[in-house]
Amino acid sequence: MSSSGWLQLGVLVGLIALSAPLVGAYLARVFGGGTAPGDRVFGPIERLCYRAAGIDEQGEQTWRVYAGSLLIFSAVSVAAVYLLMRLQGSLPFNPSHAVSAGPALAFNTAVSFVTNTNWQNYAGETGASHLTQMAGLAVQNFLSAAVGIAVAVALIRGLTRRKSDTIGNFWVDLVRTTVRVLIPIAFVLAIVLASQGVVQNLHGFTHAHTVAGATQSIPGGQVASQEAIKELGTNGGGFYNANSAHPFENPTALTNLLEIWALLVIPFSLAFAFGRLVGNRRQGWTIFAAMFLLWIGSVGVATHYELAGNPRIQAIGVVGSNMEGKEVRFGAPASALFAASTTDTSTGAVNSSHDSFTPLAGGVVVANMLLGEVSPGGTGSGLYGMLVFAILTVFLAGLMVGRTPEYLGKKVQALEMKLIVLYLLVVPLVILGLAGASVVLSGPRSALLNHGSHGLTEMVYAFTSAANNNGSAFGGIGANTNWFNATLAIAMLAGRFLLMILVLALAGALARKQTVPESSGTFPTATPLFAVLLVAVIVVVVLLTYAPVLALGPILEHLSL
Amino acid sequence: MRRQILPALAVFLFFTVLVGAVYPLAVTSVARIAFPSKSQGSLVREGGVVVGSRLLGQAFSAPRYFQPRPSAAGTGYDGAASAASNLGPTNPVLLKSVRERVASYRRFNGLSASTKVPVDAITASGSGLDSEISPANARLQAPRVARARGLALAQVLTLVRENTHGRSLGFLGEPGVNVLELNLALDKGK
Repeated sequence: MSSSGWLQLGVLVGLIALSAPLVGAYLARVFGGGTAPGDRVFGPIERLCYRAAGIDEQGEQTWRVYAGSLLIFSAVSVAAVYLLMRLQGSLPFNPSHAVSAGPALAFNTAVSFVTNTNWQNYAGETGASHLTQMAGLAVQNFLSAAVGIAVAVALIRGLTRRKSDTIGNFWVDLVRTTVRVLIPIAFVLAIVLASQGVVQNLHGFTHAHTVAGATQSIPGGQVASQEAIKELGTNGGGFYNANSAHPFENPTALTNLLEIWALLVIPFSLAFAFGRLVGNRRQGWTIFAAMFLLWIGSVGVATHYELAGNPRIQAIGVVGSNMEGKEVRFGAPASALFAASTTDTSTGAVNSSHDSFTPLAGGVVVANMLLGEVSPGGTGSGLYGMLVFAILTVFLAGLMVGRTPEYLGKKVQALEMKLIVLYLLVVPLVILGLAGASVVLSGPRSALLNHGSHGLTEMVYAFTSAANNNGSAFGGIGANTNWFNATLAIAMLAGRFLLMILVLALAGALARKQTVPESSGTFPTATPLFAVLLVAVIVVVVLLTYAPVLALGPILEHLSL
Repeated sequence: MRRQILPALAVFLFFTVLVGAVYPLAVTSVARIAFPSKSQGSLVREGGVVVGSRLLGQAFSAPRYFQPRPSAAGTGYDGAASAASNLGPTNPVLLKSVRERVASYRRFNGLSASTKVPVDAITASGSGLDSEISPANARLQAPRVARARGLALAQVLTLVRENTHGRSLGFLGEPGVNVLELNLALDKGK
């Protein structure tokens, strides 16, 4: 990689190292109970919401009630987005004349945005009205991110409370996350993006008379405001079809770096917030280290293979890295950095076509999602996924030395392990079952643009992305069919809400326990050794599940280059 | 559970107003005042007529203009249908079109059969609307443009240099040449 490429990566790492601990400290104040910065500004807004909704700010919920609130709130959200998509053709504020979507597409889109996935079976320019984008999709970009963070905070409470029946209040966690974290950062980021050329207006298409004498439709829309929360909330749903490759969403290499920072910052910050909330910052650093190792490793592999380029194209008399599906202003390093980061988090925005990546770089972005989105993962979902793996790691370590495992003073017993094993099984079952059915059935198989091993990867990518709530695609797949709209929605719902219910049940089980004092037999979980062990457990446990399909997909394709 | 529906509806409506209307309209107001041109799409006007956006590529085919990259947006540079080709690295369709593009690039620019072609010239971009080409690609096209316009090569290369931007902040991304701005500068020079 050139020196500028290294500097670009170095500056991003520096930005993360500076901002994540700060944001983490702020998050810990927001969720720690007691006073928090900005109470005088945010307090009145929150109290207005509580009063309107009849919410008791001090009211505590058991894990079952917490989960119930979350599910009902999400059901209301799905219904609202579904109706907007179904009716957008007859609703106002539709200057680009988007037509109403059919039931399958509307359902898929609604589930997709409420589950923080943002898989898109429509093209933004013509498939969604400005009203749908602004009052439907962008709203879910905020709320689905806040729901994820709420669950992570509830799990932290499970770990810190003793003999408690309750794990917090879903409504309060949701409102505080949105008002105090997401809106302020998104607003500043949106203005910065607009200053670089990301469009922000209320019109539809402007018709240009091009120099060569043709016409070109130049799209409009509230892109900057949506782009900011799209990245910050690890959502990833593009205002336009080309997502962050579109010059109106991501006009310069500087906006590119800011967007990568935005999609990484909250997931990494939550590791630090966790450390502070459990009263041991080294615990937070350990979780951060594991996340960081996985992220930087995937960035390295993806960058290497994209820079090396496609030997088959170079053999035709072409010089350069792999530029099919990439923008000149980014080039291979900034594209690979974005691709690794967007799949290491559950964002799924893309600034280049993942489908056209070289086989192993494409394999890495699939593997990033297969890990379960923990490196650093989605807003909230990354942390709770990582904590599940941390408990699994102390359990495995405990088996090796024959002691009852404990994490942060909580004994890990049969109930907790049952929940964790279920958590680990849901997603592989969904991905392998549905992707397997789709490659066997001739109808779904015909949706593939590419064939052979690349086609298999294209199919597995789709269900991996949906079940892990990522939302990026090997974009060649033509998934706007009833089969895919339905099966991908099932994958998204299972990967989101089944896992959340299991995590909240885990939080409830942990909260009820007494903490045991640390003894000489306690396996230390705030050490570099634990971070390495955690990474190893994630890689071994997860990748072994998918080894056959990775061998038949990206690895076979690489060997055939 | 029934007691939860009312708060769910109320919180949902509260935030639909706050982040679905107040937030985007506040950003729109600030952007319109602070960045009047950029917020509207960085439109380029010639004699009062919008001829394009400096951020979006558009199709050129005449020899006297620099050519943009191949585009998978609609039939090419369709602003209403941004898209990549999504062809995999071993897809025969991709390799066939690369072979054809390499041959036609060399023919169109009068280059020898052994000239290495810059990769951006024969691959489609991620958006189908890439406004830029690499400086190497522009330099290979410059002699053809100079011939077609009856200009000295040095003159054209100077314009290429003037319309090349470096990496953002000196180290982010890659350098590029804005094709629309370069072609407009050529037309103005005549």
